[in-house]
Amino acid sequence: MAGVWVIAEHRDGAFRKITFEAASAAKTVADALGADVTAVVLGGGLEAACADLGKYGVAKVLYADSADLTVYSTEGYAAAVADLAKSGAPDVIIFGASMQGKDLAGRLAAKLDTSVAVDCTALKVDGGKLVATRPIYAGKIYADVLVTGAPQIATLRPNVFDVVETGASAAVEKVSPAVGAIKVKQVEALAEEGGKIDLTEATIIVSGGRGMKEADNFKLLEALADALGGTVGASRSAVDAGWRSHHDQVGQTGKVVTPNLYIACGISGAIQHLAGMGSSKVIVAINKDADAPIHTKADFCVVADLFDVVPALTEECKKLG
Amino acid sequence: MNIVVCIKQVPDTESQIKIGADGKTIATDDIKWVMNPYDEFGVEEALRIQKAKGGTVTVVGAGPKRVTEALRTALAMGADKAVLVEDEGLYGADPMAVAKILAAAIKPLTPDLVFLGQRAIDDDAGLVGSALAEHLDMPNLSVVTKLDLGEGSVTAQRPVEGQTLVLEAPLPALITTQKGLNEPRYASLPGIMKAKKKPLEVKTLADLGVDAAGKASVAALNPPPSRAAGKTIGGETPQDLAAALAKALRDEAKVI
Ligand SMILES: Cc1cc2nc3c(=O)[nH]c(=O)nc-3n(C[C@@H](O)[C@H](O)[C@H](O)COP(=O)(O)OP(=O)(O)OC[C@H]3O[C@@H](n4cnc5c(N)ncnc54)[C@H](O)[C@@H]3O)c2cc1C
Ligand SMILES: Cc1cc2nc3c(=O)[nH]c(=O)nc-3n(C[C@H](O)[C@H](O)[C@H](O)COP(=O)(O)OP(=O)(O)OC[C@H]3O[C@@H](n4cnc5c(N)ncnc54)[C@H](O)[C@@H]3O)c2cc1C
Repeated sequence: MAGVWVIAEHRDGAFRKITFEAASAAKTVADALGADVTAVVLGGGLEAACADLGKYGVAKVLYADSADLTVYSTEGYAAAVADLAKSGAPDVIIFGASMQGKDLAGRLAAKLDTSVAVDCTALKVDGGKLVATRPIYAGKIYADVLVTGAPQIATLRPNVFDVVETGASAAVEKVSPAVGAIKVKQVEALAEEGGKIDLTEATIIVSGGRGMKEADNFKLLEALADALGGTVGASRSAVDAGWRSHHDQVGQTGKVVTPNLYIACGISGAIQHLAGMGSSKVIVAINKDADAPIHTKADFCVVADLFDVVPALTEECKKLG
Repeated sequence: MNIVVCIKQVPDTESQIKIGADGKTIATDDIKWVMNPYDEFGVEEALRIQKAKGGTVTVVGAGPKRVTEALRTALAMGADKAVLVEDEGLYGADPMAVAKILAAAIKPLTPDLVFLGQRAIDDDAGLVGSALAEHLDMPNLSVVTKLDLGEGSVTAQRPVEGQTLVLEAPLPALITTQKGLNEPRYASLPGIMKAKKKPLEVKTLADLGVDAAGKASVAALNPPPSRAAGKTIGGETPQDLAAALAKALRDEAKVI
């Protein structure tokens, strides 16, 4: 059963988008290796959803319908996947570099005595082996990493790999991996205020910096984000000033984001900020200083006062909507 | 309460990072080295717990001799003692090997709590924490912004996409820190003076009976993919600018 495995991620009975991104990327890798994609689904109540994974290139699903695994735990997931991998002997295991994936990677690799290429932005197959590209040193350098242990594990930066639908259906096989003791208990899951889309998953981000002058002015960005269906982020200066919560910080010591569109308003473009948003697909800078470094990274530069342009842009976007 | 904090020394965030002559490692000559910012949260949390519950705070680092400076900084903040696993080749090792080495150094300290940063800001892997927990056979709580110590257990808040999870684990446990956990203190001048006299034990890989052999290697390092030069949006009034930008985003970039 050698081949390429994908570890599915789900919440509230549905797969998360990163699962489809990982499956689609795994399909490309599997094609290059002349292998098939197998998805590992851990947790109860997902039977119907499993066959659907075929749409994204999955040939077969290993489904562990176990109440112990319905809520993610590092110990439970690492034990279950390691147990399945020992008999299934995949060549490659791929999953998302989401909060869950980042947490799982180290423990799983330690159990299997292998290593991980983390938070990858590109995958290729060279000489029958997966070579994964990942940004290091805050995106100042890109490393091509070869995991020499087996299986080769790679986690994928969210929102980088395209979801590709092929339209097939997957065969589902029930499995009962050994889970072992789970010492960590999830007491509760507190919803974030306003139910807003997390920055790491947002396709459009409108971000504000020190140029916003005060907390109240972020209303302007909220309005633009609403018109575009986006989420508001912030520079560290805005967070440190107490205008926004820690959760909103983009950058080297905040979140790394990869939206389709990042609009930076009143942000100078310090290296630590660029580290968090430099791999966004399209970057817009709205900054009145023509020499601000953010303008050298942006695809579209608006050299003007944000307090004039942002409300006007919101109006334009509403017209389009 | 026996508390261990792992300290990694990393290039300062302003450092210019250059690819070395071999194309596979970075040139380290012009770098200013600092303690990984996330590790400061670990030191701070450990010192607060020690103040409330008593015990010992030991900081552990693995890497070349220069790592001593980062360990001294932690001692100056108030940690009691330090262990350095000294090896010139360790900067550049596979994080999975680093986790094994740290496990060998930490096991004899029989900690109740182990702190690490959620990720190192140089290579951003964030693998060491949960791998180390596996080797120490401890539960791990990752990317924690709030921690409460109970009798023989810890409760932690862990923000994930759109939610904050409240997790509970029995001690001993391993925690990785995230911004928001606390405000790390600065080392005071008396603290810096005292740190010079605090015990710092140096061990080699041979002492610990481990090696740095990893399961991953770097095939090549490259500069980031270059972006096409940006376009300046022109217009007389804010309305003109906004209209031109909206048009460009819709028709050219096709993102709205
Ligand atoms: C395949 C590969 C090749 C590499 N090649 C190079 C290279 O050529 N040149 C180069 O400069 N770097 C290289 N690195 C970086 C490598 O040396 C890492 O810095 C090291 O493995 C630690 O992992 P990390 O930084 O990802 O730790 P993370 O897991 O991100 O760190 C989290 C926390 O773990 C703890 N921690 C991590 N490392 C240590 C340590 N050494 N001592 C004490 N605590 C620690 C700290 O508390 C830290 O906050 C490479 C990494 C990989 C995966
Ligand atoms: C270890 C370390 C880690 C860090 N991590 C992060 C991180 O994760 N994320 C991060 O963001 N930063 C981080 N920083 C901080 C970073 O170095 C910068 O200080 C910060 O990003 C600057 O924020 P800013 O761009 O909002 O503010 P500034 O640099 O002050 O820029 C404000 C900009 O707003 C423009 N402006 C002002 N008024 C207007 C107006 N009316 N209209 C249009 N434009 C206007 C100005 O021209 C200026 O360019 C870190 C720093 C260190 C040392």
